[in-house]
Amino acid sequence: MSIRLLHGVHVPHRKNTAECVPTRMPPPAVVTIPMSMNIGKPATPVVKPGDEVKVGQRIGEAGGFVSSPVYSGVSGKVKKIDKMLLFHGAVCDAVVIETDGAQTPYDALQAPEVTDFDSFINAVRDSGVVGLGGAGFPTSVKLKVDPEKVDFICVNGAECEPYITADTRTMLDDSEMLVDGVELLHNYYPKAKVIIGIENNKPACVKKLKELLAGKSYAEVNALPALYPQGGEKVLIHNTTGRIVPEGKLPIDVGCIVINTSTLVSMTRYIRTGMPLVEKYVTVDGSAIKNPQNVIVPIGTAIKDVVAFTGGYRCEPKKIVLGGPMMGVSVPDDSEVVVKNTGAILCFDEKDAVLPEPSACIRCGRCIDACPLNLMPTEIEHAFNAGDAERLGKLKVNLCMECGCCAFACPAHRRLVECNKLSKTMLNKYNAQQKAEAERKAAVAAEKAAAAEKEKEAIAR
Amino acid sequence: MSTMTTGVSPHIRSERSTQRIMLDVIIALCPALIASVILYGFRALLLTCVSVAACVLLEFVWEKAMKKPVTIGDLSAIVTGMLLAFNVPVGMPIWEMLIGDIAAIILVKMLFGGLGCNFMNPALVGRIVLMFSFTTDMTTYAAPKVANAITSGVDAVSTATPLTMMDQIGWSNFPQLLLGAHGGVLGEVCAAAIIVGGVYLILRKVIKPIIPLCYLGSLLLFSWLFGGAQPVLSLFAGGVMLGAFFMATDYVTSPFTNKGKVIFGVGCGLITAAIRVFGNYAEGVTFAILLMNILVPYINDLTMTKPLGGDASK
Repeated sequence: MSIRLLHGVHVPHRKNTAECVPTRMPPPAVVTIPMSMNIGKPATPVVKPGDEVKVGQRIGEAGGFVSSPVYSGVSGKVKKIDKMLLFHGAVCDAVVIETDGAQTPYDALQAPEVTDFDSFINAVRDSGVVGLGGAGFPTSVKLKVDPEKVDFICVNGAECEPYITADTRTMLDDSEMLVDGVELLHNYYPKAKVIIGIENNKPACVKKLKELLAGKSYAEVNALPALYPQGGEKVLIHNTTGRIVPEGKLPIDVGCIVINTSTLVSMTRYIRTGMPLVEKYVTVDGSAIKNPQNVIVPIGTAIKDVVAFTGGYRCEPKKIVLGGPMMGVSVPDDSEVVVKNTGAILCFDEKDAVLPEPSACIRCGRCIDACPLNLMPTEIEHAFNAGDAERLGKLKVNLCMECGCCAFACPAHRRLVECNKLSKTMLNKYNAQQKAEAERKAAVAAEKAAAAEKEKEAIAR
Repeated sequence: MSTMTTGVSPHIRSERSTQRIMLDVIIALCPALIASVILYGFRALLLTCVSVAACVLLEFVWEKAMKKPVTIGDLSAIVTGMLLAFNVPVGMPIWEMLIGDIAAIILVKMLFGGLGCNFMNPALVGRIVLMFSFTTDMTTYAAPKVANAITSGVDAVSTATPLTMMDQIGWSNFPQLLLGAHGGVLGEVCAAAIIVGGVYLILRKVIKPIIPLCYLGSLLLFSWLFGGAQPVLSLFAGGVMLGAFFMATDYVTSPFTNKGKVIFGVGCGLITAAIRVFGNYAEGVTFAILLMNILVPYINDLTMTKPLGGDASK
């Protein structure tokens, strides 16, 4: 089957840390573990100040169906339960733990009993695993679908963002666990073909996984061209299976599940050993970092503690990004903490931090050529500036996955992703208004009809 | 730690900038400039420099007067200045040249909102203004100085352009056409130099080859269909090469999508062939491109991309 690959942009790879085996950092003096590290409801703390906690102990209970439990990655004493302002503006509870440095494992840790599909889903839920590629969607919710409906499970090892090599190291250093996870998936989704998609700039990963999966007909390793955003959910599905996720639908609607390699490894680790998600492989890199490297970080560790462990800053950082430079979030300072879906800490010096000022659009069409989903960012910007929400709907701005290809490619440095985000808000507001208007009109019409009916009856009488 | 920069992703940008693109166009125009200096002497360089200086100055003064940010740093005014100078004969009086610059920069570019907002190619409108205002000066073509040195005599010292006598020339005149040893305007006579510049732009990925190829291909086809004299040779005469590589490919006034670019290129070729063969005006490139410029918004609307996963019924 030949699939016409989607468009994208050639971003600089900068995988400086690809050869760097992650080192486990000692626990910092204090960790602050937010209860909201996933899409959906935050977890509820189940410990109180003064409690002793150990590594792997549950400190937060899932707060609903679309939620995920939280575990401690350190041993020590709960100092307080604090309110915490997350960088995207929401406020949630956070458990602050003073560590004792002993890293004593929790006594009750044991591998869960997984016998059937339901117990498998429960185990995934208990593992505390959410989409570690960045989305943070609870994995158990994603996996809780009719196995009959799943034709493909795409294991996302594309790691298309520059700098990040955390998944690369996962694929190389935890490859047995990964293959074990692929087998688990095969057991519970016997109809599905498991495709591991890896960008071909990681030949070592492709080779190793191909060797380990040789002879397993249900799984295949797909070496994809190194063209950003190969690891975008819709892009990966299209480029590995040829299927297209329609507007407003989920991958499962076209028979696909996408799961990140680190996510798969973390949930498999819990099912095999009972150790839930308490630490992360994090790539620390960027022009302001003295010694770029991969670090195994307990969740809840502050950025500054991680950077200090790696050897500190090379110069004063002017921008800190959690995640990759294409889709990552820039945070206000280095006291932010590493959460479940943090894959990288990138610190940039002044030169890299300040982006060029936007100038006039020269209508070159590079944004259109770059968009993997064939959107027209320049036309979207035009419609947005004109306040034309109807046209935004026609231009399908809601399909935009904010991968950043358009803004990356734009020679006029226009803030196209920003504009797309604002456009979505404008369109959704407009759609809501339209709906309310239509409902109001329908109600008025119904009232009139009823009145007319009454009148008729009155006349007839 | 309070001075951290924050902003919406992406946090990196490609190396390409508007300025770099314009610089590439300027570089690509240099072979034709050098050829014109060789062919017509230093007045060619003088005219070009005056036109460039005037365009930059006009943009600067206009933006200062209108209290708008000054954008001459994007180098687009230099491109317009060069292209307009390339469209006049070497004997053009300087003050007339300046009128063309005013038309191009003020009338077409700045009044419509500056770079990216004009709906027609500024240099081409400048050419039209000059053409109708100073027809005699615009059509008095000096014979190239080095014509005799390149092609031992024959028709070289003629003041007519090859286009007006297409039926009299044959393949023996091909080197003459290619090298520009004939009468014409500054920048368009030396087809070879323009092709070199065009190939540079394509290799640098500043332009896609779609518009030039479709333009030249459709001009060839329609000239032949319409029974024009020497369809192949006529590709190398007049403003076709300059138009196809530098004028029709102007981002602002050409369609976004590849499909749109094909329609645009073919349309340019068709109109040029029709004017050349049926019109009593020997050259059709300027009008062809300008007419297609006007159609660009419609072409863009007709060739919108199909978003992946977009429901067409909504």
